[in-house]
Amino acid sequence: MREVAIISYVQTPMRRDAGANNDVEMLMPTLQEALSNVGMTHKDIDFTCSGSCDYLGGAAFAFVSAVDALGAVPAIAESHVEMDAAWALYEAWLKIQCGKADTALVYGFGKSSHANLPNVLSLQMDPYSVQPLWPDSISMAALQARALLESGKCSERDMAEVVANSRRNAKSNPKAQLKGDFTVDQLLREPTFVSPLRKHDCCPITDGASVMILAVREKAEKFCKRPAFITGIDHRIDAHGLGLRDLTVSESTRIAGEKAGANKGPIDVAELYAPFSHQELILRDALGLDATKTKINPSGGALAGHVFMACGLDRIGAVATRIINGEANRGVAHATSGPCLQQNLVAVLEG
Amino acid sequence: MSDEKPMVEGFEAPISLHYTFAAGHAISKFLHSIKEGKIVGQRSPKTGKVIVPPRGSCPETGVPTTEEVTLPDTGTVITFTVIHIPIPNNPIKPPFIVANICLDESDQTFIHLVSDCKNEEVQIGTRVKAVWKDPAEWDYSMDNIKYFKPLDEAPVDIEKLKAERLKAVEKYRHA
Repeated sequence: MREVAIISYVQTPMRRDAGANNDVEMLMPTLQEALSNVGMTHKDIDFTCSGSCDYLGGAAFAFVSAVDALGAVPAIAESHVEMDAAWALYEAWLKIQCGKADTALVYGFGKSSHANLPNVLSLQMDPYSVQPLWPDSISMAALQARALLESGKCSERDMAEVVANSRRNAKSNPKAQLKGDFTVDQLLREPTFVSPLRKHDCCPITDGASVMILAVREKAEKFCKRPAFITGIDHRIDAHGLGLRDLTVSESTRIAGEKAGANKGPIDVAELYAPFSHQELILRDALGLDATKTKINPSGGALAGHVFMACGLDRIGAVATRIINGEANRGVAHATSGPCLQQNLVAVLEG
Repeated sequence: MSDEKPMVEGFEAPISLHYTFAAGHAISKFLHSIKEGKIVGQRSPKTGKVIVPPRGSCPETGVPTTEEVTLPDTGTVITFTVIHIPIPNNPIKPPFIVANICLDESDQTFIHLVSDCKNEEVQIGTRVKAVWKDPAEWDYSMDNIKYFKPLDEAPVDIEKLKAERLKAVEKYRHA
């Protein structure tokens, strides 16, 4: 295996609406910053891979226009996944493992403000038997939350604690969209939105973009004092039909965590992509995290800002940044895709 | 297998999604200009080249473009095709010409119609000028230009034109 590290990560401020900026205009300054932070130019990049979703903007092949932000003359080696950019990172990592590249640029972007994201996400369901019922993503998550509460594995108070922690942690994240001091009792007094979820149990709608640079050890050490090495990475998927799995656990996360070697050492920090508060509890359980030993979602996580298609890459970036800055030695990052935590990726990063 | 049911070939799925769209700052500015009958491109701060319609970035280097350049409505045919299929709801009847046109003082082509001419006389290097709609009809659209019409000028050698442009943008180039 080649040793691959994250050497740079930059995220736009997470905002409810990025206004008149198009994807390229949102992405370009972020890309330039990610490169210049480590003294690179686009000519130092061997492979580029992005994650985005055309359904967000309602324009087919929208991701192709994002290439305008890259400087693709002469022609570059590039690829795209219609998934969260954490999977673009996985493709880039494989490309480097195969010896086809020594450096890679990974980016994800999304302007969910163009449409109604929970409704757009109904299109990810089975097109014959589920999609025509138009089940939105919040309602599907609510089914899972109800099942979890009824199983006795968590309480509404536990869910509110996840939210209070997220809002508090996000106060130290200048890019966060939602932050502040809230008590659990204060949160529990809010009305339910899609029962049993309250509005604050759901991630916000966010516009933004994120960029990351990967490099093999020799290159990484040339451009970065303390790179964050990817020492384990794996992703697994559960069955598509919600009726085919136990919604109160995440087997795919558990197996991915095990294969990535998450528990083979102390975990200083964990960033979990939980778009709904109860899902953080499912993920903590699947990864065997101990909140007294591990800082969980110090960035605030997805509840503090949720750039759909970049949020998973942002979790990896948040852990990498703490390692690069010397605030952590070993961390675990998680990304999810699909309804009710269907597909999950776990990466282990070490300084 | 006589009791086999026929294949289901379709059913109603009443899904509708509504989108708003942000063209971006650069395209928005371009559309505001074209509504006033002006063609405004942007210059790349790195290559010095003028991009029209501008997209806010220099596609060669990936840097933002901000300097605006008002362009003439004359240009050169860089390549073209003759189309024999009608455009729905368009008064132009086939066969008609779609050309890749490079406006004078710019460095990137765009596609438009070439009309009001004998199709056989159009060639690579043909000089053309925009024929605009009545100003009362101008909107935020490239359609404000009905088509380009050949000028009474000799065709130019496009390789020579490209070389001239590269020389002309040299003073704006910042590596």
